[in-house]
Amino acid sequence: MRRNSMRRNVMNYVISGLAVLATLLVLVPLVAILFYLVYKGASSLNLAFFTHVPAPVGEEGGGMANAIVGSGIILSIASLIGIPIGIAAGVYLAEFGQGTFIANAIRFTADVLNGVPSIVMGISVFALLVQGRHFSAFAGGVALAVMMVPTITRTTEEMLATVPHAIREAALGLGVPKWRTVLSVSLRTASPGIITGCMLAFARVAGETAPLLFTAFGNQFWSFKLNEPIAALPLQIYVYAISPYDEWHRLAWAGALVLIVLIMVSVTLVRIFANRGVLKGGS
Amino acid sequence: MGVGILVEDLNAWYGSNHTLQDINLHIPANHATALIGPSGCGKSTFVRCLNRMHETNPIARATGVVKMGEVDIYREASPVEIRRRVGMVFQRPNPFPTMSIYDNVISGLKLNGFRNRRILDETVERSLKQAALWEEVKDDLKKKSGASLSGGQQQRMCIARALAVDPEVLLMDEPASALDPVSTSKIEDLIFQLKSQYTIVIVTHNMQQAARVAENTGFFLNGKLVEFDSTHKIFTNPRDKRTEDYITGRFG
Repeated sequence: MRRNSMRRNVMNYVISGLAVLATLLVLVPLVAILFYLVYKGASSLNLAFFTHVPAPVGEEGGGMANAIVGSGIILSIASLIGIPIGIAAGVYLAEFGQGTFIANAIRFTADVLNGVPSIVMGISVFALLVQGRHFSAFAGGVALAVMMVPTITRTTEEMLATVPHAIREAALGLGVPKWRTVLSVSLRTASPGIITGCMLAFARVAGETAPLLFTAFGNQFWSFKLNEPIAALPLQIYVYAISPYDEWHRLAWAGALVLIVLIMVSVTLVRIFANRGVLKGGS
Repeated sequence: MGVGILVEDLNAWYGSNHTLQDINLHIPANHATALIGPSGCGKSTFVRCLNRMHETNPIARATGVVKMGEVDIYREASPVEIRRRVGMVFQRPNPFPTMSIYDNVISGLKLNGFRNRRILDETVERSLKQAALWEEVKDDLKKKSGASLSGGQQQRMCIARALAVDPEVLLMDEPASALDPVSTSKIEDLIFQLKSQYTIVIVTHNMQQAARVAENTGFFLNGKLVEFDSTHKIFTNPRDKRTEDYITGRFG
């Protein structure tokens, strides 16, 4: 008896220790990247970085203001297109199409789409929206939206599947129509998970460069037009990082730091905003 | 006020499984009617046919006539209309976890687009008093989630939620089977008070419970209604041998 319980205790410590170790290993790259970005990029950050467009070759200074705004515009377009379509498809899969051929086809397509390399997505959207016309912010937004949809669709479906059937029955039993039950009960109950899925998709495409190379293209100047080439942070980082100038390398580091911080800030803001006023259940 | 329910030749299937066979039954208005029988005998399926919840399962179907008062619910009304007239309380409490106690009770009205604040307030108070929960929760109606209450309180809140839409019939599918004895006796007291205003159909595994709350009792076995009579008759002098065997605990 005694020896047996001691062995269990030892085993318990060993497994707990391994779990802690694994957690630390996961955190190491994240913390390392953040520290390295701050170390390399923070010194180049100044007010001009956020207010000026890139300086011409040979001139000192300049910033990425147009790229920051450009990324904001492209990501807004991507979210406006990708989030509603993604959630609507997820709702269809979980609530209306169970077991039908079309639902299985959509699910399979979403999974395949999820694995399509981002450069392929860029070329496809290039062929559809850019070829014969010109590079545009809209095409960039569409390319990123297509990349967001599969993640959002599958998370929405999975989150809706975790909503207990009993809760849906409660609503239906009160004479609430099915569409209203889905909207006000199922989606609302699953909303924290769905919002997390949307934020994951957003954060993933926010740093994408390849799909923008052939669509948004990049721009050294201010542009707010949706049908013209537009600057984006990842593109600007790419251009600066492969350049031969030390000054531009430093700016690329600063841009990477700003990109990461902006993603973290927007994800955190959405979290806080989405959790406001939500009552926590007891059990 | 409640209405009577007339069931004629009701048959129901889950896939190829014939779960209800030729049920004929008259449930009188403003009385409590208990349905007893072993697990899987079809009594839950039967009550789910009374508010057309049965058909929410894609593989389920039903044939026959169910008349709620004068209305043939399968031919003359939509499922949504019927479910507003027939409240349902489920086996396990199923509060909406994202909603406060107040919103839970009022959800049937709110989700159907009803917005008058004064009437909503009054309905919450009336329903919670009917469900004997008002005194326990009146101070944190909007502060606490419906899911933070105890199991027994949750179930009474679900009863209040069903009553808030002012139904004529209240279906209860083993409403106390997941609750402790104290909560169970509270629910039974409730049924006793509510049956003067509503037609109540209660499915139960607990035969003492059926004897305590219901005027009439039906015994289901293998998808068939074996016997339906006054509760007194069923428990003291059943006509059918199978009913007697079940009541006396010889099987089931």
